Amino acid sequence: MSKNLRVKKGKFIDETSRVSFKFNRKKFYGFKGDTLASALLANNVHLVGRSFKYHRPRGIMTAGSEEPNAIVQLHNDSSRTDANVRATEVEIYEGLEATSQNCWPSVNFDIGGINNFFSPLLPAGFYYKTFMWPASFWEKYEYFIRKSAGLGKSPTRPDPDIYEHRYIHCDVLVIGAGISGIMAAKTAAKSGFKTLLVDEKPNLGGSTIYQDTNLFKINNQNSGSWLEKEINEIKKLKNLEIKTRTSVAAFHGYNFLLARESLIDHLPIEQRKNKTRQRLLKIRAKKVITATGSIERPLIFDNNDRPGILLSSAIKKYADFFGVACGEKNILLTNNDSAYETAISLIQKGINIEAIIDNRESIDSKLIYEVEKNNIKIFKGFTVVNTSGYKKINGVSIMELSKDGQKVIGSKINLSCDCLGISGGWTPAVHLFTQSGGKLQFRDEDQVFIPKTYPSDQISVGSCNGDLELDKIILNISKSLKEFLNIKKTDYENIEVLSSMNKSKRNIWLLPSDKIIGKTKPFIDYQNDATAKDIKLALREGFRSIEHVKRYTTTGMGTDQGKLGNMHALGIISETSGTKMGELGTTTFRPPYTPLTFGTIVGRNVGEYFDIFRKTPLHDWHTNNNAEFENVGQWKRAWYYPKKDENMHQAVQRESKAARESAGILDASTLGKIDIQGTDASEFLNRVYTNAWSKLAIGKCRYGLMLNEDGMVYDDGVTTRLGENHYIMTTTTGGAANVMGKLEDYLQTEWPELDVYLTSVTDHYATISVCGPNSKKIISKVIPNLDLTDENFPHMSFKNSNIEKVKCRVMRISFTGEHSYEINVQANYGKSVWEKCMEAGRDFNITPYGTETMHLLRAEKGFIIVGQDTDATMTPIDLQMDWIVSKKKYDFIGKRSLYRSDTIKDDRKQLVGLLTDNPNEVLEEGAQIIADINKSPVEMLGHVTSSYYSPNLNKSIALGVVRGGKNMMGQKLIIPMEKKNINVTVSDPVFLDKENKRLND
Amino acid sequence: MKNKYSIFSIIKNAFSYHENWEKAWKDPVPKKEYDAIIIGGGGHGLATAYYLAKKHSMKNIAIVEKGWIGGGNTGRNTTIIRSNYLWDASAGLYDHALKIWENLSQELNYNVMFSQRGVMNLAHNLQDVRDLKRRTHANRLNGIDAVYLNTEQVKRFCPIINTSSDIRYPVLGGTLQRRAGTARHDAVAWGYARGADEMGVDIIQNCEVKGIKRNGDSVEGIETTKGFIKTNKIGVVAAGHSSVIANMAGLKLPLESKPLQALVSEPVKPIIDTVVMSNAVHAYVSQSDKGELVIGAGTDDYVSYSQKGSHDIVEGTLSAILELYPIFSRMRMLRQWGGIVDICPDASPIISKTSIKGLYFNCGWGTGGFKATPGSGDLFAHTIANDEPHKLNAAFNINRFISGDLVDEHGAAAVAH
Amino acid sequence: MFLINCPFCGEREQSEFKAGGEAHIVRPKQPTELSDDEWAEYLFMRKNIKGIQFERWNHIHGCRKWFNIVRDTSNDEIKAVYKMGKKPPLV
Repeated sequence: MSKNLRVKKGKFIDETSRVSFKFNRKKFYGFKGDTLASALLANNVHLVGRSFKYHRPRGIMTAGSEEPNAIVQLHNDSSRTDANVRATEVEIYEGLEATSQNCWPSVNFDIGGINNFFSPLLPAGFYYKTFMWPASFWEKYEYFIRKSAGLGKSPTRPDPDIYEHRYIHCDVLVIGAGISGIMAAKTAAKSGFKTLLVDEKPNLGGSTIYQDTNLFKINNQNSGSWLEKEINEIKKLKNLEIKTRTSVAAFHGYNFLLARESLIDHLPIEQRKNKTRQRLLKIRAKKVITATGSIERPLIFDNNDRPGILLSSAIKKYADFFGVACGEKNILLTNNDSAYETAISLIQKGINIEAIIDNRESIDSKLIYEVEKNNIKIFKGFTVVNTSGYKKINGVSIMELSKDGQKVIGSKINLSCDCLGISGGWTPAVHLFTQSGGKLQFRDEDQVFIPKTYPSDQISVGSCNGDLELDKIILNISKSLKEFLNIKKTDYENIEVLSSMNKSKRNIWLLPSDKIIGKTKPFIDYQNDATAKDIKLALREGFRSIEHVKRYTTTGMGTDQGKLGNMHALGIISETSGTKMGELGTTTFRPPYTPLTFGTIVGRNVGEYFDIFRKTPLHDWHTNNNAEFENVGQWKRAWYYPKKDENMHQAVQRESKAARESAGILDASTLGKIDIQGTDASEFLNRVYTNAWSKLAIGKCRYGLMLNEDGMVYDDGVTTRLGENHYIMTTTTGGAANVMGKLEDYLQTEWPELDVYLTSVTDHYATISVCGPNSKKIISKVIPNLDLTDENFPHMSFKNSNIEKVKCRVMRISFTGEHSYEINVQANYGKSVWEKCMEAGRDFNITPYGTETMHLLRAEKGFIIVGQDTDATMTPIDLQMDWIVSKKKYDFIGKRSLYRSDTIKDDRKQLVGLLTDNPNEVLEEGAQIIADINKSPVEMLGHVTSSYYSPNLNKSIALGVVRGGKNMMGQKLIIPMEKKNINVTVSDPVFLDKENKRLND
Repeated sequence: MKNKYSIFSIIKNAFSYHENWEKAWKDPVPKKEYDAIIIGGGGHGLATAYYLAKKHSMKNIAIVEKGWIGGGNTGRNTTIIRSNYLWDASAGLYDHALKIWENLSQELNYNVMFSQRGVMNLAHNLQDVRDLKRRTHANRLNGIDAVYLNTEQVKRFCPIINTSSDIRYPVLGGTLQRRAGTARHDAVAWGYARGADEMGVDIIQNCEVKGIKRNGDSVEGIETTKGFIKTNKIGVVAAGHSSVIANMAGLKLPLESKPLQALVSEPVKPIIDTVVMSNAVHAYVSQSDKGELVIGAGTDDYVSYSQKGSHDIVEGTLSAILELYPIFSRMRMLRQWGGIVDICPDASPIISKTSIKGLYFNCGWGTGGFKATPGSGDLFAHTIANDEPHKLNAAFNINRFISGDLVDEHGAAAVAH
Repeated sequence: MFLINCPFCGEREQSEFKAGGEAHIVRPKQPTELSDDEWAEYLFMRKNIKGIQFERWNHIHGCRKWFNIVRDTSNDEIKAVYKMGKKPPLV
């Protein structure tokens, strides 16, 4: 096997540096500059993988990103293993390990290969027609189907590599650094445009760079040498950035493109440490020049998939670029002149050609004459009808084509070979163009789709624009660039070009066979094993659109996304159904152009950077005091502070008791704070809250409820009047940003006449709430100069004050029902003020409490939490908060919705208290509430929204919403749990201190 | 059945090289008049026609489709099927569908590959936990299989989820509906099409509706690119384009059509054998029988009919995927696409009569319509045939937006997909 | 990903903006005098146009200003941008 097929290393391969690598655990050598594919071919390894459905042996077919067959698993390391990697794109490095996929026990002997013999039973869509009996068995069938499907293996451990994003804004983006791209980039950069040139390959120059015969000349030099000089020149240009190994994945609207820059995958593993693996370039280009070239088409005939069958252009590249002969007995099959270019390259390198089979009759072509000079047998007007060999091709059968190309005539000639090059002409790579929204037109003469209308400021140049010959490319590019860049001249005017290519082509989508089609396997989608007969079957069964045929036969749905075969599928549909190609449309080319690593798309936004953390100014204090945290939106809030050996329940019971019996302290900094100023501030509040605000005195606070325009409760909080035209509004923690957005929306768009200005000041203040019967004593120590008497500073009022030199705002407001104060200081003083409060409270056993205790304390008082006790289906009336809905106000947000026929119903779900018959039984939040256990189906009346064991009342308490609950006071209801029913009694939602005595104690 | 599908018919046809398979459905020229016309040849529309013919003995029916059957959201969605909805009305609707799914392959003699691999919904904060428990309790009482799982149980059911407590939004628990799962989207459209065609329904593709002809408050027919077709019953099931059709009839609907994107990875060997959804970090993923990871992203916030969404949405979704499954970092996106979803303000659908006699709408499925396909078709057929809703879709009438009696799955934090 | 020309800040990435739905739906001055039908019309019913749509956008991660855009929703092409309160341009 291990024959050396390296012929002449050429300038693109560094023959001084030998690289060792493993394929299927066997050691091989290649050279720096090789791809895995070229290195394998140099070692005479063709068989690389097995196909998806029939497990047929498959080899390397191409030399680029369009490769359907030669896909391998890279690395054995379970955290770095890469599935489905194209051997034609992997640059080899010392220590590379690759294995074949989708075969067991090995690629040479694959049990799955048996599928090939059952292939008559596996036509397109067979799985829609079977596996239906017995009915319950699908999941059992599916288990085996899934196991045999898939290709490579996913990593099973987290990825240690780093990915990042870069934004690029440029004047001109040139995609593709073949001859057209190089000319375009040079012209743009020299005309003063900030230009970016990208190419997916590691080198510049596309396929022209290794075009080295006197049959293709530019200004009297071989085209490759001419281009090399151009490349050397552009490397010196200042406003041109060049990125190789950079594949444009997506071309979105407004010239927004995504490209993947591969940075370390070509390096030996030990040189990759701490380096970014891939970078996602987010490119916003004023102008885009697409120069993505074209992809050679295969030809479709029986058994056209054997290892050793390659695109003719790939054979040329392996010879010219890598110095590798793909075989020793080469045969070329073609319908156009390209294969002769390959032949000339092989002849130059001394690689043997057995014969060339040309679908065309006699053609007047310089290339053909050149080949004929070398006494190579050319079968004109012939085609291949079959191939032989299992793990590698060993021969072809050829026959003469009839005049109309519909059938084969005469007798079969068998030729032996070890490599077959096929050339079906070229398909312009219009993928990115169509992704951007561009519309295509069909060119009948050579059966290609080319760009028609551009949806943004962009052009396509070179062969992706349908200019498939060197002379045409150069002739057209100058004119196109001048027009597109609006410049007077380019370097490429009056250039002399010699191109020996004859344009004639004999396009036959499905080459005829001597057998009936049912007995043949002419592959169209190699990876998914979709054949021409599958397509014909789909059409026979009534699938007419290209999308249907694609989905039914899975054509074009492999990892190569049909870069090779989609055109043939279209062609065969067109011929079979009698629809013109141009009218048939194409399938949609979806992004990405080549598969894009999830890690690259995500960049650094993983792990701790997945989402921002918002921390209060007191966060460190909480951490140092053993707090457990709860995520509330993006905030980290102290949840409870367990002491040694305490569980959450114990900590919360302790904290709640302390707050009611002596003093508690809470970090309330996360509550949203909006500063409202302007002469119409009061009127504004009247419109956004359900209650009235005009009469609120300066220095007073008021609780407000905000609705959506649909009448449902949206947010709540206390707003304080700081001055005649100045308020500070508090919102819920999670709702802050939305409330701010909503208020701005109304202000700017509905009520621009109001003189009101809003500023979010949430992060500017630390908010410390001290509550409990001893809170007054503590605050008097912290702020000795503040008069805390009820006369001067009653409940629901506010004072400006100082703590030493630090200005503070103090509100006497309460969410716990206790006498309590809320101190707001500039955020960076938060920690010292908190510590002062702790110090002052030491003698009173001041106890820090978290959100869980806060929730418990407020539930004892029947205060709601928006989002927990409400769910966007609750009106204030449902919450039994009629008192807060102004009857006098003409309008406020949501008012009208409160009077719709459904919202005025009496039997809506209403907020009530729930007491368990067993006072020690704590209900589960979310549990449903019913009245009649025997009713079927069970009628659910509502659910438990909040539930706690209250250490202050020594019993379980809960809030819930119950259909018609308002009128059910004292009524027995049932909480049906999975294993038992819990009896509850509907109660007042205020469980503690209904008279609000504690507020003023 | 004229052309029954089974392993035996495949073997039989193999002998004739599969040359003798019949058309799965015909390609008829539209008649002058039909008893009912369904606008929209997606899964819901095809199912509607199928049940009209099968259960309501209406045989003179046509489906008109602008493009190709199943080419819209049916062929673009991530195929999640579940019925663990919060509200009674939703649970009733979706479980009705789920029950039909369970025998659909046999009923249609077309393997729709309904795979009851379970759907898990994750909780990432305390309110998620409350909401999911609330939903689980409601499901249980509504006879829908659903269980609440703690973090360890989540991990046991799907070991590749990162349940570590030190991630940004740790998994605090989840719910599991075992009867839920996925199906093969194309097969659903094709199976219903084949079934409907066999009962005489005309499936007219490449036929765009250009106008609705009214006579006062009743419909008289449709103007199409293939000419005028007379009928006095029109069922509109046009998904993202519902408003476009409604505008032709002079109606406005409470809908906005927005881009919704999805993507698949390259195929790999089985790595995840259930469906996992997370609302809080917005990611959901399953693995197709072919081996591709199927990932659904969220909607953009603007109206668009371009079938394209913004890249930010895809980036956000994949970062959520990597938060939950760090092992997928090196997996590669193979294909990404967008659809147009019509969303109601309460994230529940409309299956309803309208103020115009003979004009019915089935729309507003938002991001989660696929799962309802069989049930939606069945109930819409009932509504059209009887000119009044079935009790299972009575709550989903258009008038709820006037009375305020919404079915607010969205506001109730139940996941919308 | 659109490039939106904020009338206050200039061209910026779409990620900086938030869409706010159909424009020129004026909140009724006297909601209480509307019937349930009329109120629902304001609250929920939308033209949801395929084609030229007038819509509101907010430069939420920028100047926070609301403004209007004329956009073809069939291909997402932005035809014009204008400030709140201004008459919609003829497109």
